[in-house]
Amino acid sequence: MDKNILANLIRLLGPDRVLTQKEDLLAYAFDGTPILNELPGCVIFPDSAAQISEILKLANQKRIPVVTRGSGTSLSGGSLPVPGCMVLCTVKMDRILNVDAANSTALVEPGVVTARLDEAVQSHGLFYPPDPGSMHISTLGGNVAHNSGGLRGLKYGVTRDYVMALQVVLSQGDILETGTACVKDVAGYRLKDLFIGSEGTLGIITRILMKLVPKPRARKTMLATFSTMQAAAETVSAIIASRIIPCTLEFLDRTTIHCVEEYAKIGLPLDVEALLLMETDGHPVVVEEEAAAMNRIARDHGAMSVTVAKDNDEALRLSSARRTAFSALARVAPTTILEDATVPRDRLAEMIGFIQKTAEKYKVRIGTFGHMGDGNLHPTFLTDERNTNEIRRVEQAFTEIFEKAVALGGTITGEHGVGLAKKKFLHLVTGPVGLNVHRQLKQALDPNGILNPGKIFDVGGPHPTSLQQGEEWRGILDLSAS
Amino acid sequence: MNFLKDLDYSVVQQCMHCGLCLPTCPTYEATRRETSSPRGRIALMRAVADGKIDATPAFAGEMYFCLGCLACETACPAGVDYTHLFEMARAEAERVGTLATPKRTWIRKILFQWLFMSRRRLRFAGRLLWFYQKLGLQTLIRKSGLLRLVPKQLHELESLTPTIANHFTPFGHQPETRNPEPETCRRRVGILAGCVQDLAFPDVNRDTIYVLEQNGCQVVVPVQQQCCGSLHAHNGEWETAKILARKNLDAFDVDTLDAIIANAAGCGSHMRHYDRLLADDPNYAERARIWSKKVRDISEYLVEIGFRKPSDGKSGPDSLRSKIRLTYHEACHLVHGQKISKQPRIILGSLPRYEMVELPEATWCCGSAGIYNITQPEMAAQLQERKIRHIISIGASLVATANPGCIIQIVSGLRCQGLQVRVAHPVTLLAEAYRPE
Repeated sequence: MDKNILANLIRLLGPDRVLTQKEDLLAYAFDGTPILNELPGCVIFPDSAAQISEILKLANQKRIPVVTRGSGTSLSGGSLPVPGCMVLCTVKMDRILNVDAANSTALVEPGVVTARLDEAVQSHGLFYPPDPGSMHISTLGGNVAHNSGGLRGLKYGVTRDYVMALQVVLSQGDILETGTACVKDVAGYRLKDLFIGSEGTLGIITRILMKLVPKPRARKTMLATFSTMQAAAETVSAIIASRIIPCTLEFLDRTTIHCVEEYAKIGLPLDVEALLLMETDGHPVVVEEEAAAMNRIARDHGAMSVTVAKDNDEALRLSSARRTAFSALARVAPTTILEDATVPRDRLAEMIGFIQKTAEKYKVRIGTFGHMGDGNLHPTFLTDERNTNEIRRVEQAFTEIFEKAVALGGTITGEHGVGLAKKKFLHLVTGPVGLNVHRQLKQALDPNGILNPGKIFDVGGPHPTSLQQGEEWRGILDLSAS
Repeated sequence: MNFLKDLDYSVVQQCMHCGLCLPTCPTYEATRRETSSPRGRIALMRAVADGKIDATPAFAGEMYFCLGCLACETACPAGVDYTHLFEMARAEAERVGTLATPKRTWIRKILFQWLFMSRRRLRFAGRLLWFYQKLGLQTLIRKSGLLRLVPKQLHELESLTPTIANHFTPFGHQPETRNPEPETCRRRVGILAGCVQDLAFPDVNRDTIYVLEQNGCQVVVPVQQQCCGSLHAHNGEWETAKILARKNLDAFDVDTLDAIIANAAGCGSHMRHYDRLLADDPNYAERARIWSKKVRDISEYLVEIGFRKPSDGKSGPDSLRSKIRLTYHEACHLVHGQKISKQPRIILGSLPRYEMVELPEATWCCGSAGIYNITQPEMAAQLQERKIRHIISIGASLVATANPGCIIQIVSGLRCQGLQVRVAHPVTLLAEAYRPE
């Protein structure tokens, strides 16, 4: 990176907040996405919106791409560096500035780790529900930028549902304040919604006003086992049809159960095809009723067993074990590629069946787990990046799975974002008009294209056409070679 | 050769950089830099294995900034073998000699290739230190302020020197014929006396022998045994670590022993890997395999054989006294290195005179980490201070921990703050509970 620019950055931030050494850059060349790897030009750690404003003015003037990153747990390449870019890392902006119990809000900086917010508000009798699998590492800034989901999405929604106001530094250095602490606010466009899920392509989030809800007084966690995946899927449909909204309905398939048990050793049953983790929370009486109903429904739909966690510790052990599913799958294969195709809930059984058939068709191994209650699946390919032939088959299988999900009225990504890994498929969901609106917005807010360029979609280039008909698709996994 | 290139690639590839290790890494927490995180370090190791970089000074510096506490290994659902990666990375740094200065090379030679290669030399050095302490020189020098004249590092090192014991471990200890009765002696075990343990805490070794005998074990302490070599393996001295492992395999008759007992977490953790260390040695591979299967930490073994609970001494005067607040600090190489966490608590829970209180962040490194408190005093001091803060917060007057390095580190931290808190090995507390019976 240009010496003058670095000198400017060092003057602005101090020498220990600018990393340029190759060894440091190598440690920031990846995020949580498999295979993808790209060296940045430098890594910087600002600690205020004012500093970020200065940085963006400089970057704009010199046309240097800026990739914002929190803890780097993205699974779609959202926080992966663009070659030679500035990685703007927010982890030093990690203050919880205020918890306002009277209005049930919290004002935070983007580098606060997700789980820390919930811990901090508990003493006020409040609750921050979004709990992505990586909640003990991921940052709130990253969660907002990716509109992250989690295990409780079914009942409590996703990050978007908790963002009341944002402070955002725009690409040319202006600082935008959008949203208020009011429950009702219809003054102008809801600009904050534009930045939620924008993956760092429209602005850099520097403050977030989070909505909080009362902490549920009771919670009950249950584990049901099934001899077929179909039975588990039918149980979920029946629970939802019976007007119960549990806070969590997670499933693991056989492969995933084995991997998780090998790591966590909490005594998961190994001789079952599917496992359903069910949780309900709220008023103690309602929780009792709902738990009993869910227990009955599971048994009516062929559950081999239903066990109730005897205390909070056991419940926590179960949900913590579920959170390790993705990483635990890495035990059985050198490379694990995780996707999050999502379908309307009544099409779940069909989608799961299709995933299994696709795996057989392309002779690839898949472990599937995910949020059955909200239709968000995590088919995970167990492969080896060095086996190019197999990787090609994995790509083909993915393509079919994405197309099927969209055909069923679903989407290519439920919570991980598009990033680099899925941008080729974005048009399947947006259509040409939607994609064009995306491009116009990007053009308006980031005219020089410095913010996380090349993520979600390409600004220029032809409109993508269908992926079929023998069109040469370079593939999600070949991007690193470009 | 290149230690990282020669390593089976699947070991580096096992890390899928999900980041679940980040919150458990003390150096990442302190710096918030990925370079100082487990997945960042593995990325650097992989870059060396791929030939993207050599073992540069920055690479080596990072590998030595790592505590080797292995908390990341516990956190890792993917099962990354960080122990092996970390040892190979340091070995590679030393092979290239990227940090070498005449002074550093000289110190390493004296320490790893001379002093710690022979128990006799170690004991001789220990004796010298003992004279220094016994003759009152230490007190005199500490009080005189003369230490302020020597380099800061030496000054800090001085404050960490353990008090050398009057009598070292009873080597050549042979099973007693009287007690326990031969027919009740169903188990025969060997004890590794260790290096620091032998010089500074031989009582822990005596207590280990006593407790095992009280539980019907025949105990042998082979005379020919040496330092286990963990110090060497963790500091890039891979070949000397092999020499020491072979000497110990020669000293212990593994076939006739039911278990090889370690009471120092670091030793036990390393000795479990003798099989890997000597896998390519046709003369030792098979015995090393048996050895690794038989290594047990003392707490683990006592629980395994169903140790006798001490009587609660209701008739004695102790029952009248209020109970002493006891807490437990988990040595990294016990909890992370050997996944032993419940067993020491079972033993401590069986003691009649104590009230067990959980220590916040019990599994967070105390900063001792082998010789880390000497090589990285700043980070080590931060961790020490944090540990002491937690001990104070729960008002414990006794801290149990199962590693000599941790004992020294915590004692030194407590002394700095002028606190009257005792630090002891769990087996010592069990021995104390048996004795008045």
